Amino acid sequence: MSIWEYANPKKFMQTSAWALPWLAGLSAACLVVGLIWGYFFTPDDYKQGSTVKIIYLHVPSAMMAINAWVMMLVTSLVWLIRRHHVSALAAKAAAPVGLTFTAIALVTGAFWGQPMWGTWWAWDPRLTSFLILTLFYLGYIALWQAIEDPDTAADLTSVLCIVGSVFALLSRYAVNFWNQGLHQGASLSLDKEENVADVFWFPLLVCIAGFVLLFLTLVLVRTRTEIRARRLQALLSRERLA
Amino acid sequence: MELVVTDLAVQRGGLTVLSLTYAAHADGLKAVLSVRENLEFWAAIHGVGGVREAMARMNLAELADRRAANLSAGQKRRLGLARLLVTGRPIWVLDEPTVSLDVASVALFAGVVRDHLASGGMALLATHIDLGLPEARVLDLAPFKAARPMVVAGGGFDDDSAGAFA
Amino acid sequence: MMALLSRDLRLAFRAGGGFGLGLAFFLLVAVLVPLGVGPEAQTLAKIAPGILWVGALLACLLSLDRIFALDFEDGSLDLLATAPIPLEAVVAIKALAHWLVTGLALTLVAPVLAVLMMLPAGGYVWLVASLALGTPALSVIGAFGAALTVGVKRGGLLLSLLVLPLYVPTLIFGAEVVKRGAMGMEVATPLLLLAGITAGSVALLPFASAAAIRVNLR
Repeated sequence: MSIWEYANPKKFMQTSAWALPWLAGLSAACLVVGLIWGYFFTPDDYKQGSTVKIIYLHVPSAMMAINAWVMMLVTSLVWLIRRHHVSALAAKAAAPVGLTFTAIALVTGAFWGQPMWGTWWAWDPRLTSFLILTLFYLGYIALWQAIEDPDTAADLTSVLCIVGSVFALLSRYAVNFWNQGLHQGASLSLDKEENVADVFWFPLLVCIAGFVLLFLTLVLVRTRTEIRARRLQALLSRERLA
Repeated sequence: MELVVTDLAVQRGGLTVLSLTYAAHADGLKAVLSVRENLEFWAAIHGVGGVREAMARMNLAELADRRAANLSAGQKRRLGLARLLVTGRPIWVLDEPTVSLDVASVALFAGVVRDHLASGGMALLATHIDLGLPEARVLDLAPFKAARPMVVAGGGFDDDSAGAFA
Repeated sequence: MMALLSRDLRLAFRAGGGFGLGLAFFLLVAVLVPLGVGPEAQTLAKIAPGILWVGALLACLLSLDRIFALDFEDGSLDLLATAPIPLEAVVAIKALAHWLVTGLALTLVAPVLAVLMMLPAGGYVWLVASLALGTPALSVIGAFGAALTVGVKRGGLLLSLLVLPLYVPTLIFGAEVVKRGAMGMEVATPLLLLAGITAGSVALLPFASAAAIRVNLR
């Protein structure tokens, strides 16, 4: 039993059909528990008041915005090296989801920033990096849309994803260099000193788990749709030729 | 035709893509360059000379300094075929090389192909008119016309077994 | 290879080659921004480094789609791909030709436009230095974008969408050099980082571009 078995669309469809309800259910459960716990059963922060609670949406979506791009990078590499169609389609499926998470992170950040910093937007390195990440997502999606032949599109977007990853990383450091910023440090890290307090930390973990599962669910659904679309195309061309 | 070229390019054993050149509908000519400049460029890229001879062979010597934009369709075609001579490649793959050529130019071109063959070269032509090459072997594709075209396998997406994409 | 370079330069300088369009655009930016922002020398001096860099970057963008699209349409790109020079070299030479007609030209006229933008005296040297070091990266990155979109009809807008995010690090370090130079601060750090980005792009991106062209010619 190797992971490459799922490169077969048929196998992938069977397994994902089985896994999808579980993932969706777990994700919904985590989100409901985490968000209700976070919103109604945690104290207000002594400095930030109740605005601090936006972190239950903000932090997980920001994490997934980056992780989605990393997943696209990995699946792009798998497509280029092993030519598994499912992998390319998974990368295609993940992009709009990642873009949406990026947008959520930016919007919730703005809602938090308005009362805290007194402004909806600041050209802070983290915010700026996320704005740039949005541009990378847009370019990637636009390239998929522009090219008709699916294999050509998969090849070109994979190359773009790899080169884009390098430049996105460079941009991150360039932006740090450009403005030192007022965003607080990481909310989560293994180094306990920097962490948020435990009361906020546990519901946050549940929310993060919920977002990860939500991402997996959405990507699976979208990948299945893409596979079905390809299947439809194959059937149509077969019928035309017959 | 492109299929043939791709296949040749893929099967590199013994026959490399570097021994081949081809001419199809797009000539690779630049409208703002003169006839001579166009040929000199391709000669330099392939590292061979013979621009003057090529122009003479394809009856372009008088047009040497005219821009490709101001050539007639037939003249452009002759320039495109003259490009074959400055590549120095032994195998020519030609898709409809005689389109928009008049009778005299067709004869001229047939002579060029014959010389190429005589010097040990090879040419693969797809054409609708008879070039009058006695040494040519004809592959008539009509009997091979597919009665029922095959579906090219689509990476596992045309699996027709029941419940394949449930 | 010299033949390819001289052909591309000749094509750029002949009628309809588009040489000068980028320069004219750059000039327009330097004229329009003060008209929009107002004539105070202090304000203009403050934004001059950024505006000059953004202007140069957009002027560079204008001519990117010509790098491969014209050769793709008339069949030259197919023939170049089967020519005895490696496709990576073809890409590099074409990017070099693009740089000579846009990046280098922009670098040379930038000091004149900097006068219009009231750039402080200390910034001139660093403006030229940063453009000379940074514009090659713009051409090479642009060639990569052009290679990706060569098969797309009317891909100009898509090309901008793909290329502009990739220009971010170059823009940041380039403008930073001029900003610091104008204020009389040390410029070594951003200048070295800019040089690093250019060196890395020039060394690696032609391979990615050639791969993209091979896919598009398939």
